[in-house]
Amino acid sequence: MVKNKSSWIKVHPALVRICHWLNAIAIVLMVMSGWQIYNASPIFPFSFPKSITLGGWLGGAIQWHFAAMWILVVNGLVYLVYNIVSGRLRGKFWPIRVRELLHDIGQALRGRLSHADPRHYNAVQKLAYVGVMLVLVGVVASGLAIWKPVQFQPLTNLLGGYDFARVVHFACMSLIVLFVVVHVVMVVLVPKTFITIITGRAKAPAPEAV
Amino acid sequence: MKSPFAKQVTAQADRHLVREVAKRLDAPARRVFLKHSLSLGSLALLTGCNAETPEAVDKMLTRISRFNDRVQWALFNPNALAPTYPDSMITKPFPFNAYYDQDQVREIDGSTWKLELAGLVADKRPWTLTDLAKLPQIAQTTRHICVEGWSAIGKWGGIPFKTFLEKVGADTTAKYVAFKCGDDYSTSIDMPTALHPQTIMTLTFADRTLPPDYGYPMKVRIPTKLGYKNPKHVMAITVTNTYPGGYWEDQGYNWYGGS
Repeated sequence: MVKNKSSWIKVHPALVRICHWLNAIAIVLMVMSGWQIYNASPIFPFSFPKSITLGGWLGGAIQWHFAAMWILVVNGLVYLVYNIVSGRLRGKFWPIRVRELLHDIGQALRGRLSHADPRHYNAVQKLAYVGVMLVLVGVVASGLAIWKPVQFQPLTNLLGGYDFARVVHFACMSLIVLFVVVHVVMVVLVPKTFITIITGRAKAPAPEAV
Repeated sequence: MKSPFAKQVTAQADRHLVREVAKRLDAPARRVFLKHSLSLGSLALLTGCNAETPEAVDKMLTRISRFNDRVQWALFNPNALAPTYPDSMITKPFPFNAYYDQDQVREIDGSTWKLELAGLVADKRPWTLTDLAKLPQIAQTTRHICVEGWSAIGKWGGIPFKTFLEKVGADTTAKYVAFKCGDDYSTSIDMPTALHPQTIMTLTFADRTLPPDYGYPMKVRIPTKLGYKNPKHVMAITVTNTYPGGYWEDQGYNWYGGS
């Protein structure tokens, strides 16, 4: 196979790739330690198996949770500021049109959704990525609300009080886990995207005329 | 709380998962994935997924917890009041909680009980329950939030801690106030929290003499802190500039524990 240098295109800037992997680490640590914390006083009639939790006991899990939160928040802010200031957020994820979304969902369900050009997200991807960004904002906000219900009282009240903010925090976690599962399944189905998020490069799409 | 320090062994499951995913990838992606799973493996080491959490990791987590103490100390607003609730919202029955079971609650004789004072306090004379009852009393219905996540509303009454500290001539520029308890429990708080208007030396619960389950004869109620920072059966109070730690704090709970 002849590797033509010009057939590779730049897809993800380095900063986005670094943020992606730091975020992945933070999410795994936050979710696994969060499950252990949840187990200390479950709000629903189930607990998480100990084997998939982190920290060993409540105190250990809290140490992990409140260490990894710094990675999640600082890294998330760097990502958001970079994407907003550079215009990447608007360029990549906007607009999300309902008509395109319905069309792309239909295509996806038939297994025909195009990933030909990795530089452009389809409407389902746009919704999923913007959605998970908003849910991450929600998980941090509800986390702050239950961490500091006295100091951040307006926030806690906004989220329905201490007890309800716990439910919001749990719901955000569930949506994040759902996103991660779908995200990983998609990577397995389209493995080349996995290389792209590491190297930043992808093979150029075949020209239309061919 | 019942089984501290139980460590998880999931490394084997992780290896299995990595193999399963690798099988489903095409050749170049598989190489990259497996290469990457090496760092996933080192992450597993870091997370304590292995049988032992490396000491360096424990040290790092403790350092971050200390850093979080300082962040919370800075976030603490001495004028921000914890929400109060109508008495009709008091949780009934109010949950019992301690590091031991309810049938092991210490019965302390209130008639012989004496509150000892130590450290940076001008007047170290011990206090009897009768003496304390003569000081001005307030009562507040607030939410008790446990580190485990549950919460319950209760009504605690007694002497504003600030009033007491000033009365005994405590050095209110000191950093810490430490508590030793009749149930071999201990904890400590920062001075700004000790001086907070809602921090109360509690003698009553729901307008009745504090029952043994909730800390008879005296409990310090701090609605700006998590439950484990609210000591029951208090026997001695020390004002100090030396970090005092506490029962749970020494095992890894965050020291500041502020809400």
